[in-house]
Amino acid sequence: MQPGIYHLLLISTALFFIGVYGFFTRRNLITMLMSIELILNSVNINFIAFNKYLWANKLDGVLFTIFIMAIAAAEAAVAIAIIINLYRSRQSIDVKHAEELKW
Amino acid sequence: MNGSTIIFYLLAALTLGCGMVAVTTRQIFRAAIFLLFSLIGIAGIYFWLDYEFIAAVQVVVYVGGIVVLIIFSIFLTHQAGEQLPKQSLRRKLLSVLASVCGFLLTIIQVWKYSFTKSAGTPVEPSVGNIGRRLLSANADGYALPFEVISMLLLAAMVGCIVIAMKSPTAVVSKENKAQPEMVTIDQKEQKILVEEEIGEV
Repeated sequence: MQPGIYHLLLISTALFFIGVYGFFTRRNLITMLMSIELILNSVNINFIAFNKYLWANKLDGVLFTIFIMAIAAAEAAVAIAIIINLYRSRQSIDVKHAEELKW
Repeated sequence: MNGSTIIFYLLAALTLGCGMVAVTTRQIFRAAIFLLFSLIGIAGIYFWLDYEFIAAVQVVVYVGGIVVLIIFSIFLTHQAGEQLPKQSLRRKLLSVLASVCGFLLTIIQVWKYSFTKSAGTPVEPSVGNIGRRLLSANADGYALPFEVISMLLLAAMVGCIVIAMKSPTAVVSKENKAQPEMVTIDQKEQKILVEEEIGEV
Protein backbone atom coordinates (compact mmCIF):
# COMPACT_ATOMS: atom_id res chain seq x y z
CA MET A 1 0.00 0.00 0.00
CA GLN A 2 1.51 3.30 -1.11
CA PRO A 3 1.78 5.74 1.83
CA GLY A 4 -0.63 8.63 1.52
CA ILE A 5 -2.02 11.45 3.60
CA TYR A 6 -3.46 9.09 6.23
CA HIS A 7 -0.04 7.61 6.96
CA LEU A 8 1.50 11.05 7.38
CA LEU A 9 -1.34 12.17 9.64
CA LEU A 10 -0.86 9.00 11.70
CA ILE A 11 2.85 9.78 12.13
CA SER A 12 2.22 13.41 13.05
CA THR A 13 -0.51 12.48 15.55
CA ALA A 14 1.73 9.86 17.18
CA LEU A 15 4.60 12.38 17.39
CA PHE A 16 2.27 15.00 18.86
CA PHE A 17 1.10 12.69 21.63
CA ILE A 18 4.66 11.47 22.32
CA GLY A 19 5.46 15.14 22.91
CA VAL A 20 2.38 15.54 25.11
CA TYR A 21 3.44 12.49 27.17
CA GLY A 22 6.90 13.98 27.63
CA PHE A 23 5.41 17.30 28.63
CA PHE A 24 3.23 15.61 31.27
CA THR A 25 5.91 13.38 32.80
CA ARG A 26 9.05 15.53 32.69
CA ARG A 27 9.77 17.95 35.50
CA ASN A 28 12.96 19.40 34.04
CA LEU A 29 12.61 22.61 32.01
CA ILE A 30 15.02 21.57 29.23
CA THR A 31 13.30 18.23 28.62
CA MET A 32 9.93 19.99 28.60
CA LEU A 33 11.32 22.29 25.92
CA MET A 34 12.34 19.20 23.91
CA SER A 35 8.77 17.89 24.12
CA ILE A 36 7.49 21.22 22.82
CA GLU A 37 9.87 20.94 19.86
CA LEU A 38 8.43 17.50 19.04
CA ILE A 39 4.89 18.93 19.16
CA LEU A 40 5.79 21.82 16.83
CA ASN A 41 7.44 19.40 14.41
CA SER A 42 4.33 17.24 14.25
CA VAL A 43 2.33 20.33 13.27
CA ASN A 44 4.86 21.02 10.49
CA ILE A 45 4.41 17.47 9.13
CA ASN A 46 0.65 18.10 9.02
CA PHE A 47 1.05 21.31 7.03
CA ILE A 48 3.41 19.69 4.52
CA ALA A 49 1.15 16.63 4.11
CA PHE A 50 -1.91 18.78 3.42
CA ASN A 51 0.04 20.90 0.97
CA LYS A 52 1.39 17.85 -0.86
CA TYR A 53 -1.73 15.71 -1.10
CA LEU A 54 -4.68 18.13 -1.00
CA TRP A 55 -3.59 21.59 -2.20
CA ALA A 56 -0.73 20.86 -4.57
CA ASN A 57 -1.68 23.96 -6.58
CA LYS A 58 -0.77 26.27 -3.67
CA LEU A 59 2.26 26.88 -1.48
CA ASP A 60 0.55 28.05 1.73
CA GLY A 61 1.47 24.94 3.72
CA VAL A 62 5.16 25.38 2.90
CA LEU A 63 5.11 29.04 3.91
CA PHE A 64 3.29 28.29 7.16
CA THR A 65 5.91 25.65 7.92
CA ILE A 66 8.69 28.19 7.39
CA PHE A 67 6.97 30.67 9.73
CA ILE A 68 6.46 28.01 12.40
CA MET A 69 10.15 27.10 12.21
CA ALA A 70 11.15 30.75 12.66
CA ILE A 71 8.85 31.11 15.67
CA ALA A 72 10.12 27.82 17.13
CA ALA A 73 13.71 29.04 16.84
CA ALA A 74 12.87 32.33 18.58
CA GLU A 75 10.91 30.47 21.27
CA ALA A 76 13.73 28.02 21.96
CA ALA A 77 16.29 30.83 22.23
CA VAL A 78 14.18 32.86 24.67
CA ALA A 79 13.29 29.77 26.70
CA ILE A 80 16.94 28.79 27.06
CA ALA A 81 17.89 32.33 28.11
CA ILE A 82 15.19 32.16 30.81
CA ILE A 83 16.37 28.68 31.88
CA ILE A 84 19.98 29.86 32.24
CA ASN A 85 18.88 32.90 34.22
CA LEU A 86 16.75 30.67 36.45
CA TYR A 87 19.64 28.27 36.99
CA ARG A 88 21.84 31.19 38.03
CA SER A 89 19.45 32.28 40.77
CA ARG A 90 18.10 28.84 41.90
CA GLN A 91 20.94 26.41 41.03
CA SER A 92 18.21 24.13 39.65
CA ILE A 93 15.98 23.99 36.57
CA ASP A 94 13.29 21.80 38.09
CA VAL A 95 9.79 23.25 37.80
CA LYS A 96 9.31 22.57 41.52
CA HIS A 97 11.85 25.29 42.33
CA ALA A 98 10.30 27.95 40.10
CA GLU A 99 7.07 28.71 41.91
CA GLU A 100 7.06 32.44 42.66
CA LEU A 101 4.22 33.00 40.19
CA LYS A 102 2.19 30.04 41.51
CA TRP A 103 -1.36 30.81 42.73
CA MET B 1 5.80 -2.97 -1.33
CA ASN B 2 8.43 -1.16 -3.36
CA GLY B 3 11.61 0.59 -2.22
CA SER B 4 10.00 3.99 -1.73
CA THR B 5 7.41 2.56 0.64
CA ILE B 6 10.04 0.70 2.64
CA ILE B 7 12.08 3.92 2.98
CA PHE B 8 8.98 5.75 4.19
CA TYR B 9 8.30 3.18 6.89
CA LEU B 10 11.96 3.19 7.96
CA LEU B 11 11.90 7.00 8.29
CA ALA B 12 8.64 6.84 10.23
CA ALA B 13 10.09 4.21 12.58
CA LEU B 14 13.25 6.31 13.09
CA THR B 15 11.22 9.42 13.89
CA LEU B 16 8.75 7.80 16.27
CA GLY B 17 11.25 5.44 17.94
CA CYS B 18 13.81 8.16 18.62
CA GLY B 19 11.07 10.54 19.75
CA MET B 20 9.79 7.89 22.17
CA VAL B 21 13.26 7.35 23.66
CA ALA B 22 13.83 11.12 23.84
CA VAL B 23 10.85 11.60 26.16
CA THR B 24 11.43 8.50 28.30
CA THR B 25 15.19 8.21 28.89
CA ARG B 26 16.48 9.43 32.24
CA GLN B 27 19.79 10.72 30.93
CA ILE B 28 19.19 14.24 29.68
CA PHE B 29 22.09 14.26 27.23
CA ARG B 30 20.82 11.06 25.62
CA ALA B 31 17.40 12.64 25.36
CA ALA B 32 18.91 15.54 23.38
CA ILE B 33 20.77 13.17 21.02
CA PHE B 34 17.64 11.08 20.37
CA LEU B 35 15.68 14.29 19.75
CA LEU B 36 18.31 15.13 17.13
CA PHE B 37 17.80 11.80 15.35
CA SER B 38 14.04 12.21 15.51
CA LEU B 39 14.34 15.62 13.82
CA ILE B 40 16.65 14.12 11.18
CA GLY B 41 13.97 11.49 10.52
CA ILE B 42 11.42 14.27 9.98
CA ALA B 43 13.82 15.95 7.54
CA GLY B 44 14.04 12.59 5.76
CA ILE B 45 10.23 12.48 5.50
CA TYR B 46 10.30 15.93 3.88
CA PHE B 47 12.92 14.66 1.41
CA TRP B 48 10.72 11.64 0.72
CA LEU B 49 7.82 14.00 -0.09
CA ASP B 50 10.08 15.96 -2.53
CA TYR B 51 10.09 19.13 -0.42
CA GLU B 52 13.84 19.59 -0.57
CA PHE B 53 13.90 23.20 0.59
CA ILE B 54 11.82 22.49 3.70
CA ALA B 55 14.02 19.48 4.47
CA ALA B 56 17.14 21.64 4.21
CA VAL B 57 15.60 24.32 6.44
CA GLN B 58 14.63 21.59 8.93
CA VAL B 59 18.21 20.33 9.10
CA VAL B 60 19.71 23.81 9.36
CA VAL B 61 17.28 25.31 11.88
CA TYR B 62 16.41 22.35 14.10
CA VAL B 63 19.39 20.01 13.91
CA GLY B 64 22.01 22.73 13.46
CA GLY B 65 20.46 25.40 15.64
CA ILE B 66 17.95 24.37 18.26
CA VAL B 67 19.47 21.01 19.27
CA VAL B 68 22.92 22.58 19.56
CA LEU B 69 21.41 25.32 21.73
CA ILE B 70 19.72 22.67 23.92
CA ILE B 71 22.98 20.71 24.26
CA PHE B 72 24.82 23.90 25.26
CA SER B 73 22.25 24.67 27.92
CA ILE B 74 22.52 21.07 29.21
CA PHE B 75 26.27 21.55 29.55
CA LEU B 76 25.70 24.81 31.42
CA THR B 77 23.13 23.45 33.87
CA HIS B 78 23.91 19.76 34.47
CA GLN B 79 26.71 17.71 35.94
CA ALA B 80 28.07 14.91 33.75
CA GLY B 81 26.42 11.53 34.35
CA GLU B 82 23.63 13.01 36.42
CA GLN B 83 20.31 11.19 36.02
CA LEU B 84 16.89 12.78 36.08
CA PRO B 85 14.77 11.84 39.11
CA LYS B 86 12.32 9.00 38.71
CA GLN B 87 8.70 9.99 38.20
CA SER B 88 5.93 8.45 40.21
CA LEU B 89 4.12 5.50 38.63
CA ARG B 90 0.77 7.23 39.07
CA ARG B 91 1.82 10.24 37.04
CA LYS B 92 3.28 8.01 34.32
CA LEU B 93 0.13 5.91 34.07
CA LEU B 94 -2.14 8.95 33.93
CA SER B 95 0.07 10.56 31.26
CA VAL B 96 0.03 7.37 29.17
CA LEU B 97 -3.75 7.18 29.56
CA ALA B 98 -4.25 10.82 28.52
CA SER B 99 -1.88 10.51 25.54
CA VAL B 100 -3.36 7.22 24.27
CA CYS B 101 -6.93 8.50 24.62
CA GLY B 102 -6.08 11.71 22.76
CA PHE B 103 -4.26 9.73 20.08
CA LEU B 104 -7.16 7.34 19.52
CA LEU B 105 -9.70 10.17 19.48
CA THR B 106 -7.72 12.13 16.87
CA ILE B 107 -6.97 9.09 14.71
CA ILE B 108 -10.61 7.97 14.68
CA GLN B 109 -11.70 11.45 13.61
CA VAL B 110 -9.04 11.56 10.87
CA TRP B 111 -9.94 8.07 9.65
CA LYS B 112 -13.64 8.89 9.38
CA TYR B 113 -13.01 12.10 7.44
CA SER B 114 -12.66 11.76 3.68
CA PHE B 115 -10.36 14.42 2.30
CA THR B 116 -11.18 15.99 -1.04
CA LYS B 117 -8.33 16.88 -3.33
CA SER B 118 -8.41 20.33 -4.88
CA ALA B 119 -8.33 20.52 -8.66
CA GLY B 120 -5.66 22.64 -10.27
CA THR B 121 -2.24 22.41 -11.77
CA PRO B 122 0.34 21.48 -9.10
CA VAL B 123 2.95 24.11 -8.25
CA GLU B 124 6.54 22.96 -7.93
CA PRO B 125 7.71 23.72 -4.34
CA SER B 126 11.04 25.02 -5.59
CA VAL B 127 13.09 27.72 -3.89
CA GLY B 128 12.21 30.22 -6.63
CA ASN B 129 8.46 29.69 -6.30
CA ILE B 130 8.60 29.81 -2.51
CA GLY B 131 10.70 32.98 -2.54
CA ARG B 132 8.45 34.77 -5.03
CA ARG B 133 5.37 33.84 -3.02
CA LEU B 134 7.01 34.80 0.28
CA LEU B 135 8.08 38.27 -0.82
CA SER B 136 5.25 39.31 -3.13
CA ALA B 137 3.04 42.12 -1.83
CA ASN B 138 0.00 40.96 -3.82
CA ALA B 139 -3.24 39.71 -2.28
CA ASP B 140 -1.88 36.13 -1.96
CA GLY B 141 1.65 37.16 -1.02
CA TYR B 142 3.26 36.79 2.40
CA ALA B 143 5.32 40.00 2.55
CA LEU B 144 3.66 41.34 5.71
CA PRO B 145 4.08 38.13 7.81
CA PHE B 146 7.67 37.97 6.56
CA GLU B 147 8.39 41.45 7.92
CA VAL B 148 6.58 40.70 11.18
CA ILE B 149 8.67 37.53 11.62
CA SER B 150 11.86 39.47 11.03
CA MET B 151 10.84 41.95 13.76
CA LEU B 152 9.96 39.03 16.05
CA LEU B 153 13.37 37.44 15.53
CA LEU B 154 15.11 40.75 16.27
CA ALA B 155 13.05 41.24 19.43
CA ALA B 156 13.75 37.65 20.52
CA MET B 157 17.48 38.14 19.99
CA VAL B 158 17.57 41.37 22.03
CA GLY B 159 15.37 39.76 24.69
CA CYS B 160 17.67 36.71 24.96
CA ILE B 161 20.73 38.91 25.46
CA VAL B 162 18.98 41.02 28.10
CA ILE B 163 17.56 38.02 30.00
CA ALA B 164 20.74 35.93 29.96
CA MET B 165 23.05 38.87 30.76
CA LYS B 166 24.46 38.99 34.27
CA SER B 167 23.15 42.01 36.16
CA PRO B 168 25.94 44.57 36.87
CA THR B 169 25.38 44.46 40.65
CA ALA B 170 25.86 40.71 40.75
CA VAL B 171 29.12 41.00 38.84
CA VAL B 172 30.44 43.69 41.21
CA SER B 173 29.55 41.73 44.34
CA LYS B 174 31.19 38.60 42.92
CA GLU B 175 34.38 40.52 42.13
CA ASN B 176 34.45 41.92 45.66
CA LYS B 177 34.05 38.44 47.06
CA ALA B 178 36.65 37.02 44.74
CA GLN B 179 39.28 39.56 45.76
CA PRO B 180 40.20 38.22 49.24
CA GLU B 181 40.22 34.59 48.06
CA MET B 182 42.74 35.41 45.35
CA VAL B 183 44.96 37.13 47.91
CA THR B 184 44.88 34.10 50.17
CA ILE B 185 45.71 31.80 47.26
CA ASP B 186 48.68 34.02 46.40
CA GLN B 187 49.83 33.97 49.99
CA LYS B 188 49.51 30.18 50.12
CA GLU B 189 51.53 29.83 46.94
CA GLN B 190 54.19 32.15 48.33
CA LYS B 191 54.30 30.13 51.55
CA ILE B 192 54.70 26.92 49.59
CA LEU B 193 57.42 28.47 47.47
CA VAL B 194 59.23 29.74 50.55
CA GLU B 195 58.97 26.33 52.20
CA GLU B 196 60.32 24.64 49.09
CA GLU B 197 63.23 27.04 48.99
CA ILE B 198 63.95 26.39 52.65
CA GLY B 199 63.83 22.66 52.00
CA GLU B 200 66.26 22.98 49.13
CA VAL B 201 68.63 25.06 51.25
